[in-house]
Amino acid sequence: MPTKTIAAAVTAAVVAVVLAGCSTGSAGTGTATGTGTAKDSSSASAGPTGTITVFAAASLQKTFTELGSDYEDAHPGTTVKFSFAGSSDLVTQIQNGAPADVFASADEANMTKLTKADLISGSTPAFATNVLQIAVAPGNPKKITNLDDLTASGLQVVTCAAPVPCGAATEKVEQAAGLTLHPVSEEQSVTDVLGKVESGQADAGLVYVTDVKGAGDKVDGVSFDESKSAVNTYPIGVVRGSSNVALAKSFSAYVRSAEGEKVLTTAGFGAP
Amino acid sequence: MTSRSGTAAPWWLPVPAVLGGLFVVVPVLAMVGRVDWTSFVALVTAPSSLTALGLSLGTAAAATGIAFVLGLPLAVVFSRVRSRWVGVARAVVLLPLVLPPVVGGLALLAAFGRIGPVGGFLADHGVRIAFTTAAVVMAQTFVAMPFLVSAIEGSLRIGGDRLERIASTLGAGPTRVLFTVTIPRALPGIASGLVLCFARALGEFGATLTFAGSLEGVTRTLPLEIYLQREVDPDTAVALALVLVVVAVVVIGLTSIRTGARAAWS
Repeated sequence: MPTKTIAAAVTAAVVAVVLAGCSTGSAGTGTATGTGTAKDSSSASAGPTGTITVFAAASLQKTFTELGSDYEDAHPGTTVKFSFAGSSDLVTQIQNGAPADVFASADEANMTKLTKADLISGSTPAFATNVLQIAVAPGNPKKITNLDDLTASGLQVVTCAAPVPCGAATEKVEQAAGLTLHPVSEEQSVTDVLGKVESGQADAGLVYVTDVKGAGDKVDGVSFDESKSAVNTYPIGVVRGSSNVALAKSFSAYVRSAEGEKVLTTAGFGAP
Repeated sequence: MTSRSGTAAPWWLPVPAVLGGLFVVVPVLAMVGRVDWTSFVALVTAPSSLTALGLSLGTAAAATGIAFVLGLPLAVVFSRVRSRWVGVARAVVLLPLVLPPVVGGLALLAAFGRIGPVGGFLADHGVRIAFTTAAVVMAQTFVAMPFLVSAIEGSLRIGGDRLERIASTLGAGPTRVLFTVTIPRALPGIASGLVLCFARALGEFGATLTFAGSLEGVTRTLPLEIYLQREVDPDTAVALALVLVVVAVVVIGLTSIRTGARAAWS
């Protein structure tokens, strides 16, 4: 019966589709790359020129894109490219040989992974800090004023899972406040938490101040005292093996300069 | 590589075929090579791992059941009804095959989320879908059902409807024809459709994360647990990934060996 042979072939083809589907299904995070081109290099002064690629935490996407084009404007002949993703994803990529010149992490733990593997040359100074805030629907319909309000029954609270940086910060503030939250979901990333609040699925979520600011009028932020006990520090470092160490160092210094701090503060980051 | 039906494949065909096979096999073997066997059992039998595995098997089975009840009628309609609207309907129903799962999650959220049309209605009547195990099953059904529909429809089309027409001229009613002629003849397609659907549901990640959330024992299935563990403990992630690979290989292997054997006999 040739029909059964055909049936087997159909099955094989669909198996192939299934496997393809599985692989795309697990691609949860993407990397966004932004490029800015330098203006004419004829007026280039003594500073370093060329191109570098900066691997920066997803939470830095807006500020670093701005800092990159500011830097290119101030330093003709330079091009600063970016790859934005979760800090731990970026660490994995750098460990596997991705061509990064600068790494800006959203927490010290991920930077430590690279320094321990001897993949960072020089120091890893902090350039910004971030604290948690309660994201709520615009107008704060549930009248949430502090962390304790999140323990009310019937309230749909979403947090980050303990293994990710924002989840570790959540545990710290819970301890500081002496309470235990019972979230309906422990998300993989802070953007997932924000998304659940923005879409109205959750009543409240613990995210960073910069996330609330970045979301504009889609959510309101409620500050709480205990956030001081979990200050997240952002370190920056030059990746060992960078093809343009001079430019990498210059950009890192720019991020920590007064101009850099101004951009970061506007976005809600704190000074280190 | 010899074919029993007598058609010879071109001599060069095995070259890309072998490359294609290696492309799939090598990464999986490389991952197996990374497994730390001394701690494998401890990592895989950790409570959070077992919870995630149990939840995955349970939800994938439920999703497959629902997909069968809803998908079989769809496949019968698609293969028997002649109308250009059927083509449009098929394209829409099979859409999740080509959609990124995260888009499926966003679509489910738009409909069944707390402020969506269906979800809002249910919420007003005290039914909450978001962040429940039911949401996981819905996400899995959404992405996996098209596999079942297309597999069953394929096997129904191959047979044509001659036997059905004969059965009805002999006096069998449409329902009797469906259960005594159509379904029995489509059994191989149904079996492979069920397996594919289950395997796809088992691996579902994007739609689940977007629509259902992630909470241990409630919505955190094995793929979500793997993704989370990868943040802190790549060893656990790799060990759990291997478990998922083994389950998938067993499930897919069982049917393809069966179908392959039957094809060889014919």
